[in-house]
Amino acid sequence: MDWIQILNNSASSIISPATLAYALAALGLAVHFGYAGLLNMGIAGFMALGAYGYAIGILTFNLPWWAAALLGLAASAVFALILGIPTLRLRGDYLAIVTIAAAEVLRLLFLTTTFDEVTGSADGLSGYHGSFRASNPIPEGTYGFGPFMYNEIGWWVRILGIIALILAAVTVWRLMSSPWGRVLKGIREDEDAVRALGKNVFSYKLTALVVGGVIAAAGGIVYALPSAVNPGVYVTSLTFFVYTALLLGGAATVFGPLVGSLIFWVLQTVLGNVLPAAVDAGLLPFMSNIQAQTLRFILVGIALMLIVIFRPQGILGNKKELTFVK
Amino acid sequence: MTRPGAAVATRMPRAFALVVAFLAALIALSTLAGVGAASADEIDTDEYPYRISGNVQLDGNPLAGVELTVAGQGIDTDVKTDDKGQWAVGVPERNAKYTVTLDETSLPEGIAVVDETDDTPNVKDAEVGPGGRVTVNFFIGEGTRNVTSFADQFVERVINGLRFGLMLALAAVGLSLVYGTTGLSNFAHGEMVTFGAVMTLVFSNFLHLPIYLAIPIAIVLSGGVGFLLDAGLWRPLRRRRTGIVQLMIVSIGLSLAARYTFQYFIGGSTTQLPGADARPIPLFGSVSLSVIDLVSTGISILVIVAFACWLLFTRIGKATRAISDNPSLAAASGIDVDRVVRIVWIMAGALAGLAGVLYAYYRPGIKWDMGAEFLLLLFAAVTLGGLGTAFGALVGSIVIGLIVEVSTLWIPSDLKFAAPLVVLIIILLFRPQGILGRRERVG
Repeated sequence: MDWIQILNNSASSIISPATLAYALAALGLAVHFGYAGLLNMGIAGFMALGAYGYAIGILTFNLPWWAAALLGLAASAVFALILGIPTLRLRGDYLAIVTIAAAEVLRLLFLTTTFDEVTGSADGLSGYHGSFRASNPIPEGTYGFGPFMYNEIGWWVRILGIIALILAAVTVWRLMSSPWGRVLKGIREDEDAVRALGKNVFSYKLTALVVGGVIAAAGGIVYALPSAVNPGVYVTSLTFFVYTALLLGGAATVFGPLVGSLIFWVLQTVLGNVLPAAVDAGLLPFMSNIQAQTLRFILVGIALMLIVIFRPQGILGNKKELTFVK
Repeated sequence: MTRPGAAVATRMPRAFALVVAFLAALIALSTLAGVGAASADEIDTDEYPYRISGNVQLDGNPLAGVELTVAGQGIDTDVKTDDKGQWAVGVPERNAKYTVTLDETSLPEGIAVVDETDDTPNVKDAEVGPGGRVTVNFFIGEGTRNVTSFADQFVERVINGLRFGLMLALAAVGLSLVYGTTGLSNFAHGEMVTFGAVMTLVFSNFLHLPIYLAIPIAIVLSGGVGFLLDAGLWRPLRRRRTGIVQLMIVSIGLSLAARYTFQYFIGGSTTQLPGADARPIPLFGSVSLSVIDLVSTGISILVIVAFACWLLFTRIGKATRAISDNPSLAAASGIDVDRVVRIVWIMAGALAGLAGVLYAYYRPGIKWDMGAEFLLLLFAAVTLGGLGTAFGALVGSIVIGLIVEVSTLWIPSDLKFAAPLVVLIIILLFRPQGILGRRERVG
């Protein structure tokens, strides 16, 4: 086994676009699930809207890349409003079913051959990088040290992703320590009590749904920045993986989603490298290479169960601030 | 559709605007389906290794924009000819039969597929041989079209919808009872469906048992899985007083783990059960069903009726309904809640396993994530009928089955699973408790 290579890949995944995208999506979900107690099972739909809004904005409407990114965020905000207005009055598990259904409807709309010219149906979208790469201020070349060696495009994607993540994290942190955030946490703990204090619970929840949805859409855009948009990514499994990352770090925290996504992707990369290498070295004689790759996802499922049963507050969370009260 | 919408508009303006938006989206969809001239001449040829292709010409001139559908072995792909009149579709299996249908309404006026020897010249069987490639050509000329009338198509879709709905109901009543008795929205129910199908596959294809033995063994094992899950996972968690949201997320983890475990063992491809290629027998109109279709529909009806009798007339059935209604009161009146919940889990597992076997014939084919695509329809059915009510789940399933099949008369067939989910969201706006649910359950 080539341990140096495996260590390099794993360290490199710390700031990979996928990790940054998951961190943003998990942060959005923290606003929904961790702070507001909304059981949003459609985070994949919000990410898909960000990614498709960005790609379609460039390819179909010929927008510059930053305007297309704004389009993706706006699409997600509109989706949150459409989803929230009818469902936020319902009990939590209804919200879960409606959001998972709405995300799946979105995915099927992106997948159908009916809108092939706009969405690329099963092939997805690619080739929208022109204006984004033209705006890159970094001169051509390869930079970095150790495992973090990337070319100018790689760095541009990562820098923008990190800036988006810092902006989002600061926003969430400020919001949640403001009076608005305290009301939101109050709604999570006891909706009726907050209503008795004269607060408009519905509008607080709706705002939280929009804010979290926009942050998750930013995650979708970061996911789409370096490569292509593929409808096979935005399945319900993506929602479940983001939940795993969020619960691993701690649902009602600002740094929990970041730490959770980081651990999730580093572990995925370690296992994705070590298991096939172990198969090749003959250490796991009962397993094929493809099976070794599948094993990673089985472990994600088991990990999710164990976290929720034994440490529902996550690594950074506070047991008193559990979001599972109801 | 406008009348009830307008009546509600005065009470719920915002919700009404939403419905209008949804309806507008649906209408936009259906019109786009008619006029959208996507230059999609090669579909899925990257995804699947084998291909069916052809050439549509009239007197040597290519015809562009002619619509064809390739169906069979779990795929149902629409394709249009390009400027050269050519088309190609990727297919998952070789040594297998597919049906290629040319949509005659997409041909120019007065032109049709002509073949004196064939009653339905626009529908052709294509057998992909060991080479993995086959060409299908249609004879096009002036003549009368072979068009199935709208009424015939409607009847055919309604019958398919009922078959699908009954099969959905088998799994949905279990999901609904588990929810009613324990409060758990079980996201792993789809994997219990897959489990039944995969076990049938193991016993029939790998251990070479006859199919009439393999299916009962698979169903018994599915019931066993229900028992084990309750005894090993859910009952201990109930003892710990784990919250229902927490339980729901545990079931999501279980669903992921189980789904990928299936992929671990059977791989990513689609496998057929014995008898899946049975020939359809024409019954009446344009309805034709194979023996397997008829038998599975009969089994669904029988099992559902038996289940309903069990729920209505036996002691345990009554106890189950009592617990669904009010668990504390049921426990206080001397019902052994744990025992009833155990029985509910066993029945839910066995019924889900049976639904999986029937679904494997309906799709057709067994795939590791077949339960995941089933799960959302199950949730839609259960929610539509009213969470926690077994008969609501039955009604909801049949409604969902009908919507899935009948909606394809107006919207593209690759959106047929989206239609019931949109309907679910709209219905929840007006009647959040579902069709048979009670108002106070909504909270």
